[in-house]
Amino acid sequence: MELYSTKKLKDEGFEQILNFFRKKSLWMLHYCTGCGAVELPPTMTSRWDMERFGMGPMATPRQADLLLITGYLSLKSLKRVIYTYEQMQNPKWVIALGSCPINGGIYYDSYSVINRLALYIPVDLSIEGCMPRPEAIIEGFIKLMKQIENGEAVGYKKYQENYKWYKQNQDSVLKREFPVLSGEEK
Amino acid sequence: MMNNYIVRFLIGSLTSIILGLLYMGIGRKFIARIRRCYAGPFYQSFIDVIKLFSKHSISHHWIMDFGIMMGFSGIIATVIFLPIGNFYVFPDMKGNLIIIMYFMTIGYLGMAMGVSASGNPNSPIGIGRALALMIGYEIPFALAVILLIFANGSSLLYNIIQTQQGSIYNWNLLKYPFAFIGTIIALQGMLGEQPFDAMIAPAEIASGPMVELSGKFLGFGFLQHASQIFLETGIITAMFLGGGTIIGFFTKQLFLYLLTLSIASVFPRFRFEDGVKFFWTIPTSFVLFQLILFLIKR
Ligand code: SF4
Repeated sequence: MELYSTKKLKDEGFEQILNFFRKKSLWMLHYCTGCGAVELPPTMTSRWDMERFGMGPMATPRQADLLLITGYLSLKSLKRVIYTYEQMQNPKWVIALGSCPINGGIYYDSYSVINRLALYIPVDLSIEGCMPRPEAIIEGFIKLMKQIENGEAVGYKKYQENYKWYKQNQDSVLKREFPVLSGEEK
Repeated sequence: MMNNYIVRFLIGSLTSIILGLLYMGIGRKFIARIRRCYAGPFYQSFIDVIKLFSKHSISHHWIMDFGIMMGFSGIIATVIFLPIGNFYVFPDMKGNLIIIMYFMTIGYLGMAMGVSASGNPNSPIGIGRALALMIGYEIPFALAVILLIFANGSSLLYNIIQTQQGSIYNWNLLKYPFAFIGTIIALQGMLGEQPFDAMIAPAEIASGPMVELSGKFLGFGFLQHASQIFLETGIITAMFLGGGTIIGFFTKQLFLYLLTLSIASVFPRFRFEDGVKFFWTIPTSFVLFQLILFLIKR
């Protein structure tokens, strides 16, 4: 299967101008499954004051530009994350917080937790740490803004172009036909 | 002649949108300072609107597109009857209060139609609450309007402004202070600020009417809210604060808006039935008291 890379899908022309406005007004939807959610309230409120960058929390996926996955994802919540991601409107970005969505973290050998989020939905930026401090989170946001400005944050285009590949990966964990602990797994 | 009206219409509607967005941005900074943080630049709302219009958006039915447009144009249609300082879009109409009050509801009804067609159960809940609250704040507001119409013998904002000219002691704010207090509380409800934001309630019904709005639909919602801020603060400026020249008018509007925000940022939320009850008791009795005083004095 041919996969499209970021280089091929880079934003050009008029999109570049729009990106200037997009990066300055990122509205985020936080999917608070993991432990990471506790670091978000201080990031949003007066101590670290995320609103300086024009960011703010939004109530529904339709209004949001940025999906924040705050920690480990079980198989059940992965399904909901995919629904949520697909409900968001283009252009949209995903940030994964913590080491769990990168390589499984302390849940690396769990039967019900996925190890790598980037296999199932396109992650634009991962912030490692268990849990990243608000400073690290804000650093990550600024990095994402730079990526958007350069036209490199095109995860949503990747998802459209490489949908088959993502769908395959999603199905391989969500539509497993044998019991997880039965030992029949190849 | 016709061209003249078109230019005036454009000036009126664009002023309302641009200044409304500006007030929103300044308001956000103001709230942030109350909470001891800084928020974005004062032109943040303009960036937000441009971003929203640059996004993809999803429509669920043509009634949804139509309803959102109707909500937006309903507010614009009301704004053009408002005297902006000493500028009138229709010089002969002179800002008839009855027309303004009548048209103001069209915006809400359009929005109600649009978001109900979106099919998300949260939006009819939000709209139901918004319309219920509207019945709440319309009573004190309508009583204040009736009082001013009685006092001036005319329902034109032009005449109401004229009688307040001269000095600050002629302002209706000082002539009818209780009616002003009642109307200010009603303004809080009109703008949907806390404690009367039960229709939006992000944590409870996921921002109510706006729940399914994406991209340009939310953009139009933003613009509608901006003109609404301009319209509603404008009416009260003309009714109680003596209108004024262009700059004076805008300053008074901004003052009223910041006053609402400073109330909003320290209050939690009323349940909407409690909100309606509150409107029907406290502000209504303030305005009624003023009305009775006025009738006795006469
Ligand atoms: S990375 Fe650490 S803090 Fe984050 S979800 Fe995993 S275990 Fe929890």
